[in-house]
Amino acid sequence: MPERKFSKDHEWIEVDGGVGTVGITDYAQGQLGDVVFVELPVVGKKVAKGDNAAVVESVKAASEVYTPVSGEVTAINQAIVDDPAKVNAEAEGGAWFFKLKLGNAGELSGLMDRAAYDAFLKTL
Amino acid sequence: MSNPHGTITGNRGLQLEEKLIFEQGVEGRCGVDLPDPPKVKSRMGGVERRGPIGLPGLSEPQAIRHYTRLSQKNFAIDAGMYPLGSCTMKHNPRLNEKAVRMPGLGDLHPMQPVSTVQGALALIDTLAHWLKTLTGMPAVAMSPAAGAQGELCGVMAIKAAHEAKGDHARKVILVPESAHGTNPATAAACGYAVEAIPANERGRVDLDAFKKELGPHVAGIMITNPNTCGLFENDIVEIGKAVHAAGGYFYCDGANFNAIVGRVRPGDLGIDCMHINLHKTFSTPHGGGGPGSGPVVLSAALAPYAPLPFVVHGPNGFRLVEEAKGEGAKTFGRLKAFHGQMGMFVRALAYMMSHGSDGMRQASEDAVLNANYVQARLGEVMTAPFPGPCMHEALFDDRFLNGSGVSTLDIAKALIDEGFHPMTMYFPLVVHGALLIEPTESETKETLDQFIAVMRGLAERAKKGDADFFHHAPRLTPRRRLDETLAARKPVLRWRPAPTERQAAE
Repeated sequence: MPERKFSKDHEWIEVDGGVGTVGITDYAQGQLGDVVFVELPVVGKKVAKGDNAAVVESVKAASEVYTPVSGEVTAINQAIVDDPAKVNAEAEGGAWFFKLKLGNAGELSGLMDRAAYDAFLKTL
Repeated sequence: MSNPHGTITGNRGLQLEEKLIFEQGVEGRCGVDLPDPPKVKSRMGGVERRGPIGLPGLSEPQAIRHYTRLSQKNFAIDAGMYPLGSCTMKHNPRLNEKAVRMPGLGDLHPMQPVSTVQGALALIDTLAHWLKTLTGMPAVAMSPAAGAQGELCGVMAIKAAHEAKGDHARKVILVPESAHGTNPATAAACGYAVEAIPANERGRVDLDAFKKELGPHVAGIMITNPNTCGLFENDIVEIGKAVHAAGGYFYCDGANFNAIVGRVRPGDLGIDCMHINLHKTFSTPHGGGGPGSGPVVLSAALAPYAPLPFVVHGPNGFRLVEEAKGEGAKTFGRLKAFHGQMGMFVRALAYMMSHGSDGMRQASEDAVLNANYVQARLGEVMTAPFPGPCMHEALFDDRFLNGSGVSTLDIAKALIDEGFHPMTMYFPLVVHGALLIEPTESETKETLDQFIAVMRGLAERAKKGDADFFHHAPRLTPRRRLDETLAARKPVLRWRPAPTERQAAE
């Protein structure tokens, strides 16, 4: 199973064959509260590491979702646009945001693994 | 609809249930009896209306009762304490209202010839004089219609000043993390990138971090003083010097000027421009009763770029500079159709003249005293994020609710049952679960004591673990707690007739 990596901005990415699947973490959805709106990038959009790639809006706040690595968006998850509640229910499962073809796989090494992310959460 | 009050009507005493006006409408009912229109040949060229437009039919008393009942569900500063932080919901003196209704002012039209409105122009000029005097600034743009448009005016003046110098390299406006959301929005609307200035552990701008951000790419800074945490920015003079040394301009957000009128002249602090919310500091109506009004005081460096039109003294009395030539040659343009919110000018000047300099100073001092009284009395049961006294608003975070299962929102909902408008919640964003309370100078000690007793009671009840009580508040309002999630996910934005009624109508 491909390894999952995490960013300090609470995004996760799972890479399989040069394509990364990106979502927000369970911690992020918990902080946001009930998600009511999701805006995803268009397929084909080129994004650089740290760019705003999507928007997630909850009853509490609107937040940007930053892409943890650079690349080109190859797919989006229309299901969470149609039913934003999925982001709360399965943030680290079926409620992925977008997939992207990695521009620079080396950027992955700057991200945290599960243990490091869990340790990072304890510092917040 | 279920009836929680056990009455036959659903009414709760004299608090009356009220259906939507469309639900009350009966076809053919009307408040006036008009003759049938004569038959005429249509000249609409085939685009005339083909069906009914669905206006509700009501008698005159029905229509009056509808809006009266709706108004009775409203809460206003005229009804009770309204401690919204950063909004300054203070009393609107009735003398202001008397002045603005005088026929010589109330019946003016902005298109009248200037020779017929010399008194009105003199009034704008007098108000401008006192705004300049109170802020220690050489110029003021009177036309901005509210605080946010005042910000736009100030940042457009900054941009015009840089461009006049041929300096096009400045692309960034620095804004503290605790700023009003309008600050970054204004900067972005003017084409600037926004960079955040971090705060220090005392809730003020971190001076060293701020200085590191400065450079030839920075067009200016926008800082609120006192800031949105209700704290005076102690380093403000140093901040102003640093931004000027770096070639930028200093925008001061004057939303909280009401805390320092008569005590501090922002011009002495080195600012280049500041908007003044007449509807906060100078007691004109605010929120629903508006409109707002946001004159912007300007330094000598920015004054030439002020928006049109503006009042000047001419050889034959006052006149308005309307065009981008002569005195207005360097203007960045026009923000608003006319000269500003005349009704607010009259009210603000009435407030100034009736209070005098000593009265305005006392109003600021009383606002600060009231906030500190609230802070001191509630600090025993709630948690303040920053040490020391505050200015005109008392800020708390939600640490006092830790482990209780009660949130800031729940406290606010319970406060409604007690007959108070909630304080500002979850703002400023830099403070977790913020509760920002601005009592203003208007409230008596008795009202403050009652508010404090309620807040203490709620805080203690939350700490005892009575979360269920809070989660079901408010209980006594015309409508119970809204399902905010459902409202956001499946908003019902328009009334539509029930399908059977629609079929019957067709």
